Amino acid sequence: MNNLVVLPIVLPILTGIILIFFRNQIGLQRWISFISLLFLIGLAANIVQQVYVDGIQTLYLGGWLPPFGIVLVADMFASLLVLTTAIVALSCLWFSFRSIGIEREKHYYYPFFHFLIAGVSGSFLTGDIFNLFVFFEVMLISSYVLIVLGATKIQLRETLKYLLVNIVSSALFVASVAFLYAITGTLNMADLSVRVAEVGQTGLLNVVALLFLVVFGLKAGLFLYFWLPGSYSAPPTPVAALFAGLLTKVGIYAIFRTFTLIFYHQPGITHEVMAWMAAATMILGVIGAIAFSDVRQVLAFNVVAGVGFIIFGLAAFTTASFQGAIFYLIHDMIVKALLFLLGGAVIGIAGTSHLKKMGGLIKYHPSLGWMFFIAALALAGVPPLSGFIGKLLIVQGGLTAEFYWITGISLATSLLILYSIIKVFMHAFWGETKLSPKEEKGSEKGLLAPCAILVFLSFALGLGADYLYPYIEVAAETLMDPSIYIQAVLKE
Amino acid sequence: MEILMSVVVGILFMVGTYLILTKSLLRIILGTGIISHGVHLLLLTMAGLKTGAPPLLGENAALYTDPLPQALILTAIVISFGVTGFFFVLAYRAYKELGTDDMDKLRGNDHE
Repeated sequence: MNNLVVLPIVLPILTGIILIFFRNQIGLQRWISFISLLFLIGLAANIVQQVYVDGIQTLYLGGWLPPFGIVLVADMFASLLVLTTAIVALSCLWFSFRSIGIEREKHYYYPFFHFLIAGVSGSFLTGDIFNLFVFFEVMLISSYVLIVLGATKIQLRETLKYLLVNIVSSALFVASVAFLYAITGTLNMADLSVRVAEVGQTGLLNVVALLFLVVFGLKAGLFLYFWLPGSYSAPPTPVAALFAGLLTKVGIYAIFRTFTLIFYHQPGITHEVMAWMAAATMILGVIGAIAFSDVRQVLAFNVVAGVGFIIFGLAAFTTASFQGAIFYLIHDMIVKALLFLLGGAVIGIAGTSHLKKMGGLIKYHPSLGWMFFIAALALAGVPPLSGFIGKLLIVQGGLTAEFYWITGISLATSLLILYSIIKVFMHAFWGETKLSPKEEKGSEKGLLAPCAILVFLSFALGLGADYLYPYIEVAAETLMDPSIYIQAVLKE
Repeated sequence: MEILMSVVVGILFMVGTYLILTKSLLRIILGTGIISHGVHLLLLTMAGLKTGAPPLLGENAALYTDPLPQALILTAIVISFGVTGFFFVLAYRAYKELGTDDMDKLRGNDHE
């Protein structure tokens, strides 16, 4: 029992509620939001350290004991993700101050921002599969509001599709929970793991497992990513960055949780399917990233390719690949948010998102250019930066698991990802300077500091990997051996 | 009874899917509503229909009904109610701004 575990959910919700009362005091709203997120980072770091020292922390909500009540579980994997979420959210929030516009700020942008964070943290921390559905909905409903806030034509059009896809996938989620409950008679994830192990993961349970894969695949953009590029290119920059950094990652987390804790008995069926879905996602994502010449579309397809890479780490099912996938997941949250923010700054300055219409920005915006270049290298996994170690471990795990073809695909994908993002860099920053400082549509003032945080983190993750590695090791060990999780929750 | 319920659930899913695949936005929203009804009935049926006394303290019975599915369905109903309400408002606003409720005319990647 540790009450600290519930705070990453309660703090953003309370902040959001308080902010509703200060609708017209924008300055105050900004200060409260910023301070609340600073607190959240401190809290999350504290939880990570506690989990590292004392093992998994749990909290029985309402005092109801585990298989019956809802339980919150902070293992190393979840708490690392909560910490990353808080940091990414802070830079997106900081970026919003200058770029989101006063109309949106007045119409409850910040409250919904915090509700979204609450939903994301809740999804990471919950230990109950129906509660996971509820936190998914908290997150999604806030995201519906954030994506449509401002109500431009393109936003309305894309939100309709985003909403429809998510309603259908949520309905399937409840249906698969119903099947699972009928077979096992429990909803607690640790208890589910025990009971599935007892009855054996046979035909019917395999079907349920694949149904869950479809549901979470829709949310994460794993192969079923058709809705993603449209939706992620519609909202304003900080919202798109927040979505790219956090939302698909919650889907990925859910796949990790269910397929390492509950359905891990038949990797020959479930994980094989997952591996090929991941391979297809990588190929199709990177084709999209190369084919489009619109900055937003290129970045959105990069999100898709990243999802495939992380899920491949899970599908390979070795300790090394798990470590790699966790490392890469954290890196991906940071770098994808960074790229979306920088891309948004570029679009803001050039006044267009089309690559052929911009050029030569580096003359007046050298620091923006260098940051973009560093982010591109980090994304591709060039050594001193954060992407390298994750990729190395995933490739190592993939080769150990004898997925030679898919490992090859993932390496080729990395190269093409680098091409697609360098293409953006060359078109936007090199060449003839098309706009003099007076003609520029926006400025980079106040936008670079939040990006600098993430660039610094990317360097820190790469160079300080030695310090982070013990934490990753603990997280991967818990995923590899479900009995640690079960022991901590059920205390048998 | 379970067989009858399963058939009803199947029909609801079928109708919902058909409606979602149509072009009119209003029908799509009704389709999502019907699908979520189907899912709620499915949850009720899968957890076992009434098999015993109400689960109350002091009531002596050999069998009690499982109260959990009802709690889950209540939660799911509240969520789908809220989302459907939001969807209607969004659809109305989109219709006023975009001037159409035909999904065929709402595709496309051209940016304004």
